[in-house]
Amino acid sequence: MSTVLSDVREPDVLGVGAQRRRTSVWLVSLSAGLIVTAVVAVGTGAIAIDPLTVARILGHQLFGLGEVTWEPPQEAIVWQVRLPRVLLGMLVGGGLAVCGVALQAMVRNVLADPYLLGINSGASSGAAAAILFGAGAGFGQYALSTSAFLGALAASLLVFLIARSGGRITSIRLLLSGVAVGYALYATTSFLIFASGSAEGARSVMFWLLGSLGLARWDALLTVAAVVIGGTTLYLTVVGRRLDALAVGDETAHTLGINPDRFRVRLLVVVSLCVGVLVSASGSIGFVGLVVPHLARRLVGAPHVRVVPVAALLGAILLVWADVIARVLLAPQEIPIGIITALLGAPFLLVLIRRLHAGGIA
Amino acid sequence: MITATGVSWRYGANPVIDGVSVTARPGRVLGLIGPNGSGKTTLLRLLYGALRSPTGSVTVDDSALPSLSAREAALRMAVVVQESGGETALTVAEMVLLGRGPHLSTFQRTGRADHEIAARCLARVGATHLGPRAFAGLSGGERQRVLIARALAQEATHLLLDEPTNHLDIRFQHEVLALVRGLGTCSIVVLHDLNLAARYCDDLVLLGAGGVAAAGPVDEVLDPAILEPVYGIGIKRLDLDGDLHLLFHPFAEEAREAEEAEEAQEAA
Repeated sequence: MSTVLSDVREPDVLGVGAQRRRTSVWLVSLSAGLIVTAVVAVGTGAIAIDPLTVARILGHQLFGLGEVTWEPPQEAIVWQVRLPRVLLGMLVGGGLAVCGVALQAMVRNVLADPYLLGINSGASSGAAAAILFGAGAGFGQYALSTSAFLGALAASLLVFLIARSGGRITSIRLLLSGVAVGYALYATTSFLIFASGSAEGARSVMFWLLGSLGLARWDALLTVAAVVIGGTTLYLTVVGRRLDALAVGDETAHTLGINPDRFRVRLLVVVSLCVGVLVSASGSIGFVGLVVPHLARRLVGAPHVRVVPVAALLGAILLVWADVIARVLLAPQEIPIGIITALLGAPFLLVLIRRLHAGGIA
Repeated sequence: MITATGVSWRYGANPVIDGVSVTARPGRVLGLIGPNGSGKTTLLRLLYGALRSPTGSVTVDDSALPSLSAREAALRMAVVVQESGGETALTVAEMVLLGRGPHLSTFQRTGRADHEIAARCLARVGATHLGPRAFAGLSGGERQRVLIARALAQEATHLLLDEPTNHLDIRFQHEVLALVRGLGTCSIVVLHDLNLAARYCDDLVLLGAGGVAAAGPVDEVLDPAILEPVYGIGIKRLDLDGDLHLLFHPFAEEAREAEEAEEAQEAA
């Protein structure tokens, strides 16, 4: 439309600049928080190592800095055992959070989480098949992860095909097919446990279902997780504006120059791949993908360009702390991390819902 | 200019729009009117491509609509739809800024010029004070004005509005339509209120029973002889000081009055 710029206005009349500064402050603070978290978490465990030593060991390993003033076992614990675990925790936490953000926008439902699409149920079935019946043994040390990933892939394909059966994928169809496939695969996992008749195997599957970062090593899986989760976060940030439009409605997205159906399919592929990788690396860890997006929105508002990176950092920090609690609480025994995230997440969600109500949003 | 030739749409086996042709000419406001269920919104959705007609064609400034990318289409047509978007947590300012999306490349963020445009568009619909508020917390009328501001911020060469006066009080009904008219942009407006159509449209398309019952300049279409059978209501037209006004009187009432008159006559 031909509109004429006439009246001179104050700069930043919409408050966009203030919001961007606020977001930058949060991004810097959370990044600092993440580094501190990593150092403290690496130092915490059965053998405590003070943060300064941890920092020195990391500096030495990464950049070849400083003199060796620590015991070799300390270095092994920091570098070989705990650091991969903390890194995997960050990746999984960040990945769950950004996938939760994307799914909540895609299905326009604030209760959506990364497991909504039944992907974790597929991964669980795959993991159960590997643990109980030795599926994927040809993949050696990656048997469990590979089998879980194949299960996740099969589940997401199934959800995709069912959701698409009506011609185009709508929010509600995606939700329903995700729930249906999830239940069916959950039953499959239970059946596998029942059919194997192995109490020890059932226990391992249960442990895996509740989530654990115990598989973390310096291996290809960690690299794959880093690449996929990093790429997903980057992609979701770049398409932030489109996510905003899609979250308002399909018709709105269409009139703003976005093909909602095509965009949803792309998101589905990216999110399925990401969730598949992180579930096969750590089992299903609940509540992070549900709660963290809400928290991020409270900090920096609704636009996804801001929410996605903030959610990634928040998710990373929270999951690493949850893992620290899981390792320390009943040491030397390790509690499945999914129990910790659910215990922390549920009351948190209730508080959020109350606040949302008070704000007239939900 | 937007031209539709022989477009159709059916919901199930039920044809709502059947071989309809309309033309929205440059610099003019085209009103789509017709009774409930006559397919006004469906026709509008066919025009901006939310629905793809299996027959005929739609062209925008001589480009076939299907040949345009979604973004190119959004640069040519801004649309105010009847979608509440009630669940979103966006603020009003962020909602209006979404209208700048089609002008930005994927990696570009909104700049100062975009913010100025969005602020001005909010001011034009009298909603500057709503800027920092949550869109979801607004009243129906306030939301409607914000959505119109977003469409204005899109700065497209055509403006399409689906019942933009819904939820608006009488003053804003007139202000919004006067604003649309004042833009001088080729506009298509779905309207229920025939008197608003009379005042703010240049041309009208009257839909009824799957097709176009009448099309042409306002003065020709708003003829009681044409309108009465389509709407099923008695209509009296007044031309006052060059303005056209329609008065309505239900046929049922007319029949009852006639009956009463008859009874009175019999009693006498």
